[in-house]
Amino acid sequence: MKFFDYVLLNRAELLSSTFEHIGLVAVSSGLAIAVGVPAGIVLTRRPGLRAPVLGFANVVQTIPSLALFGFLIPLPFIGGIGARTAIVALVLYGLLPLIRNTYAGITSVDPAVREAAHGMGMTDAQVLWLVELRLAAPVILAGIRISVVLGVGIGTIAAAIGGGGLGEFIFRGVAMVNSVVILAGAVPAALLALIADGGLHLLERRLDWRR
Amino acid sequence: MPDLIQFRDVAYGVNGRTLLGSVSFSVAEGERLVLLGRSGAGKTTALRLINALLLPTAGEVLVAGRSTRDWNPVRLRRRIGYVIQEIGLFPHMSVERNVGLVPRLERWPAARIRERVGELLRLVGLAPGEFAHRLPHQLSGGQRQRVGVARALAADPPMLLCDEPFGAVDPLARQELQIEFRSLTERLGKTVVFVTHDVREALALASRIALLDRGKLVFVGTVDQFNATSDARVAALRELL
Repeated sequence: MKFFDYVLLNRAELLSSTFEHIGLVAVSSGLAIAVGVPAGIVLTRRPGLRAPVLGFANVVQTIPSLALFGFLIPLPFIGGIGARTAIVALVLYGLLPLIRNTYAGITSVDPAVREAAHGMGMTDAQVLWLVELRLAAPVILAGIRISVVLGVGIGTIAAAIGGGGLGEFIFRGVAMVNSVVILAGAVPAALLALIADGGLHLLERRLDWRR
Repeated sequence: MPDLIQFRDVAYGVNGRTLLGSVSFSVAEGERLVLLGRSGAGKTTALRLINALLLPTAGEVLVAGRSTRDWNPVRLRRRIGYVIQEIGLFPHMSVERNVGLVPRLERWPAARIRERVGELLRLVGLAPGEFAHRLPHQLSGGQRQRVGVARALAADPPMLLCDEPFGAVDPLARQELQIEFRSLTERLGKTVVFVTHDVREALALASRIALLDRGKLVFVGTVDQFNATSDARVAALRELL
């Protein structure tokens, strides 16, 4: 019962760390969506950009997360110690599933449907909004889900560069060689990931036109 | 009757491959022209040149007297009903929303759209109460095709372009659809350009037939002329019947 005692004793700090963590993930996911989804759309219009953009997002994914956080520290403007740098790293990590799923979702729309849409006199913007994005919505949302869940997990590393969040407890526990303290950070992080996953999955099902 | 559609020495090629070479013909108002030919003959290319989904690489296509290069493509397409194989229905929209799409794009008031959709569904033989709220995958092939025709007629365009619309329907339903389509477009006075590779379908629907072969126009004439001509390529097709 050491775990519950610890959680109870530190509930105020744990709660504020949890909210900090949610804030980190919310801001970075919001930014990643704001960049990744439009980027995925652009790729469907400019096939020449596909290889370089997906290549970049892929390479970012392969950088070990702790190293990426470290690399960003010395950079001007976006770097330094603290939450801002952590958010930049989380945005970079979140991009790949967003770009890839947006691109895949739109390109998998039946060409006949797209042809009918153009042939009926929809403008390019109408084809995108009324047809392509609606049909691609479940796939795009699956990308958002993967990206957010990834962000919740990797977000724990933000604490290594002073970004706060539930990682504070994990790193503290590692330093103290105390698994109870590690769990106090890891269990809420896992719960957050499960909640985000379940909630977004529900939304995904609601937006699925196949029902 | 004035010509609604005119092809003047139209050629279309892509990446150095000629899909359509120097084709000229015209379609008068109220006529039903069937573009007949094997796959790869250039039928679909010709059709897509009419609603500016493609622009000719040489020559010009006139619609209502104006070159498709000079038309605003969106305005042009909203005046042309377009029916393609069944998958052209938007899978995420109900029958009602599919049929009412062009009126909605044209910003008709909602009540008028609803009225028009009901009218069109009845016209193509689907009870609005039963079908309006279904999704395309909840319909049979023939029903989907009827919805496709209703959708193309929604904003009352003077002409219809049809690309093998009945290709994926079983033979019995197909014959029924052909008969209904013919009488419907005749009654409404629509100008129709219809693409098919099926000679029987061409004869059932056409007032005139244009035969395409490897991008060339090899015959244009009325159904009677098609039946009477001694042209070897037409005769070869007749023998298939």
